[in-house]
Amino acid sequence: MHNKSIAELRRGLHSGEYSSQELTRVFLDRMQRHQALNCYITVTEEQALEAAARADAQLAGGKAGALTGIPIAQKDIFCSKGVKTSCGSKMLDNFISPYDATVVEKFHDAGAVLLGKLNMDEFAMGSSNETSHYGPVRNPWDADAVPGGSSGGSAAAVAARLAPGATGTDTGGSIRQPAAFCGITGMKPTYGRVSRYGMIAFASSLDQGGPMARSAEDAALLLQVMAGFDAKDSTSVDRPLPDYTAGLNEDLRGLKIGLPREFFGAGLNSEVAARIEAAVDEYRKLGAEVRELSMPSLQLSVPVYYVIAPAECSANLSRYDGVRYGYRCAEPADLTDLYTRSRGEAFGSEVKRRILIGTYALSAGYYDAYYLKAQKVRRLISEEFQRAFAEVDVLMGPVTPTTAFGIGEKTADPIEMYLSDIYTIAVNLAGLPAMSIPAGFVGDKPVGLQIIGDYFTEAKLLNIAHRYQQVTDWHGRIPQGFE
Amino acid sequence: MSLTSEQVNKIAHLARLGIDASDVDAYARDLSGILDLVAQLDAQQTDQVLPMAHPLDQAQRLRADVVTEEDQRELFQALAPQVEEGLYLVPKVIE
Repeated sequence: MHNKSIAELRRGLHSGEYSSQELTRVFLDRMQRHQALNCYITVTEEQALEAAARADAQLAGGKAGALTGIPIAQKDIFCSKGVKTSCGSKMLDNFISPYDATVVEKFHDAGAVLLGKLNMDEFAMGSSNETSHYGPVRNPWDADAVPGGSSGGSAAAVAARLAPGATGTDTGGSIRQPAAFCGITGMKPTYGRVSRYGMIAFASSLDQGGPMARSAEDAALLLQVMAGFDAKDSTSVDRPLPDYTAGLNEDLRGLKIGLPREFFGAGLNSEVAARIEAAVDEYRKLGAEVRELSMPSLQLSVPVYYVIAPAECSANLSRYDGVRYGYRCAEPADLTDLYTRSRGEAFGSEVKRRILIGTYALSAGYYDAYYLKAQKVRRLISEEFQRAFAEVDVLMGPVTPTTAFGIGEKTADPIEMYLSDIYTIAVNLAGLPAMSIPAGFVGDKPVGLQIIGDYFTEAKLLNIAHRYQQVTDWHGRIPQGFE
Repeated sequence: MSLTSEQVNKIAHLARLGIDASDVDAYARDLSGILDLVAQLDAQQTDQVLPMAHPLDQAQRLRADVVTEEDQRELFQALAPQVEEGLYLVPKVIE
């Protein structure tokens, strides 16, 4: 059962081949057996079995919703009522959310069964899942390698068949990079497409939730549930929701694919490059036209990001004050000591680094030189994407310069870690949708192909990904030991 | 651009963020490295460019001025480290 797609599981549940309780038990058992991967921070076994029983009753009564009885897992950044929501931080280790994030509520309303909350980099700041207060997640393809981050628990859980699908969030690549490292399918939707209400904020002008699954078809089913306007999120976009599965099989003949030269420069591992070129060739066979183009501003995306993201992070994380919820230090001498020590003792070093750089960039006299300057260059990057989309339908390239690196390999040098997101960050700055899909292996580690589209072209991207998955089987490979 | 340890301590104070004295030099080094990376932006001509705040240049929506939330004080205060009679307790602020 654990190797079936969400679409297949829906059919199995509806035909009565197995019950949601049986299915949920299969995943709970696997989660128990593969605890060494450290994918889950919280397992909601009791609630899951209750929800599965309710789902079975609904299925029997012919009252099933889109995902009734399908087990899924939430990144621990999404608030879930009555369940610990830690965001990977000691700061929120004692935080039992009093409310549901809109995304959590939508999955609940669709009948999905919540298996648990997935490990992640602390407050989604990291590219390797090593900044989590709960320890690193291991990559199912290589236990000594990172799963990527920040949605590392989500990617590893889906790859290891510890959940048929999961949610992630992507501020600078946090869905796509772990999806690439773990050989799964992940999508970062257009900014504003998925509600951010109850999704713990990191950098509010960049954060976006999205689906992580084994195939484009499954990602489409999850996105259908997650997406949509939400009055509770002031940046949510009020726009009709298309049917994401309706166009999955559309023909790709005449599709114009652009390859930005800057994505294939010196930093790209040559074997990864070869897999990406092979994937692009596959699209040629499907009838696409491929052309190169140049997007020189892309190389400015890392410096722009490391002003904007920390600046917004420092503002957002100022709410953790040790007064209303979260960690409080013991015996504070006075109010300043309470703030300073609670924050100092509960935040990890990467979060501190970003709060510091963000506070500096926003401090008196520096705002124009850093934040405003970065917001201007951000527009240049965004305009460059728009010029590209005047010529081509989608852009393709690698998701990451290399395959998954080793645990501990990049922790000593934060900037080297930041540069591992070099191909993903520009998409967040522009607010565009993009996917990572499995496109082969280097050795035994997966390679991800990135597909970037214009605003609100999620359905097209899913179609492009699905057609590739009809003619390749990279997305169906199972890591050894998790069959 | 390099930051001194004193500057790091000042920034940490502004952020009300405790950092161990033994880590200050490492933060100074890391932050200086990040600022060096960011310095690449200086070369970009941006005088005529409008800063981009929302990827879709969407303005903030307004909503009708009606009550949408109910009082959940007890639920929320159940999460607080220290409360008494509906008040959040902190160390004495005024002597």
